[in-house]
Amino acid sequence: MSPITEYIVSALLIVGGAFTLVGAIGLARLPDFFTRLHGPTKATTVGVGAIMLSSVIYFSSHGFGISEILITVFLFMTAPVSANMLAKAAMHMGVKSMKGTQGNPWEQ
Amino acid sequence: MMTTALYITIAMVMIAALLNVYRLIKGPDAPDRVLALDTLYINAIAMIILLGITFNSRMYLESGLLIAVMGFVSTVAMAKYLKRGSVIE
Amino acid sequence: MFDRLNFPQPWLSLVLFSTWQFLSDGISGASVVMGLVLAWVIPQITHGFWPERPAFVKVWRMPMFVLVVLWDILVASFEVAILILNPRQPKPVFVNYPLQLEHPLAISLLASTISLTPGTVSADVSDDNKTLLIHALDAESEQEVIDAIHKRYEKPLMEMFR
Repeated sequence: MSPITEYIVSALLIVGGAFTLVGAIGLARLPDFFTRLHGPTKATTVGVGAIMLSSVIYFSSHGFGISEILITVFLFMTAPVSANMLAKAAMHMGVKSMKGTQGNPWEQ
Repeated sequence: MMTTALYITIAMVMIAALLNVYRLIKGPDAPDRVLALDTLYINAIAMIILLGITFNSRMYLESGLLIAVMGFVSTVAMAKYLKRGSVIE
Repeated sequence: MFDRLNFPQPWLSLVLFSTWQFLSDGISGASVVMGLVLAWVIPQITHGFWPERPAFVKVWRMPMFVLVVLWDILVASFEVAILILNPRQPKPVFVNYPLQLEHPLAISLLASTISLTPGTVSADVSDDNKTLLIHALDAESEQEVIDAIHKRYEKPLMEMFR
């Protein structure tokens, strides 16, 4: 592996790990359910996407990594759906939103 | 150089998984716990990919694909259970 | 019997077929046959969930839209990361977004896009498909979010589904 690809793979790994960590920090730190929903659906998805990309580049000498692409596309397609389902479930159960939230969730 | 980056990333993903477990235990509501599980399986996929790079093998990717599919279905099933009280009506 | 051998959802069949080729170990006779069977069976089974044929008129606008969305995901992920690491509390807003799109597929595309671009999660669609409930993580006012989404995502989708 040439040094340039090594640098690219390392940078993508670090970026991916950092985003995954930020998503988890958001999940642990943010005050209510609806704000917590933001961390995992995006930061974690983007983080895993970056790690996948680094894997694709790392294994590029063994042929094109179609499994990684499939996993990434699948994650990007399903993240909004599960976030939406969870938001609906939370609204149905009447989960409290934090103080200072403008507007109201709908009655289910 | 790359090995160092790999170990740092593994450490970060591990801390992320621990934070998810913290939310899973603390709750306070059921949707929070499901959300924590959802994030946990995505972190597991990241971990499997990192494992594959560490061991220089692509075999692990297939299990990552399986976890992605199973995790999504289980999240949707649990969300539906919370909303309707049953999974299949 | 042979009149059932049609593909009511050609795009879905195509996606299923090519995904199966990617999943199997190289393209062989067996994988092609299995892919054809799946491409036929799955649309038949899920027939009830597809109320109408998708009116996808301007497909060539899709790559541009996807690129814009991917770029926004990247840029705005950094914003959310900064917001999460910032010790101040975020100011969340529930936004009632008035939809101008009418096609169900277009609405679900818009909702998924909104969920993926950081800072906003679409939570629900009203029963008459007129309003979308969006939760914004950090925004000054409802109008700000509505304008941004309308300009960036709904306009291109309206062009595509006209």
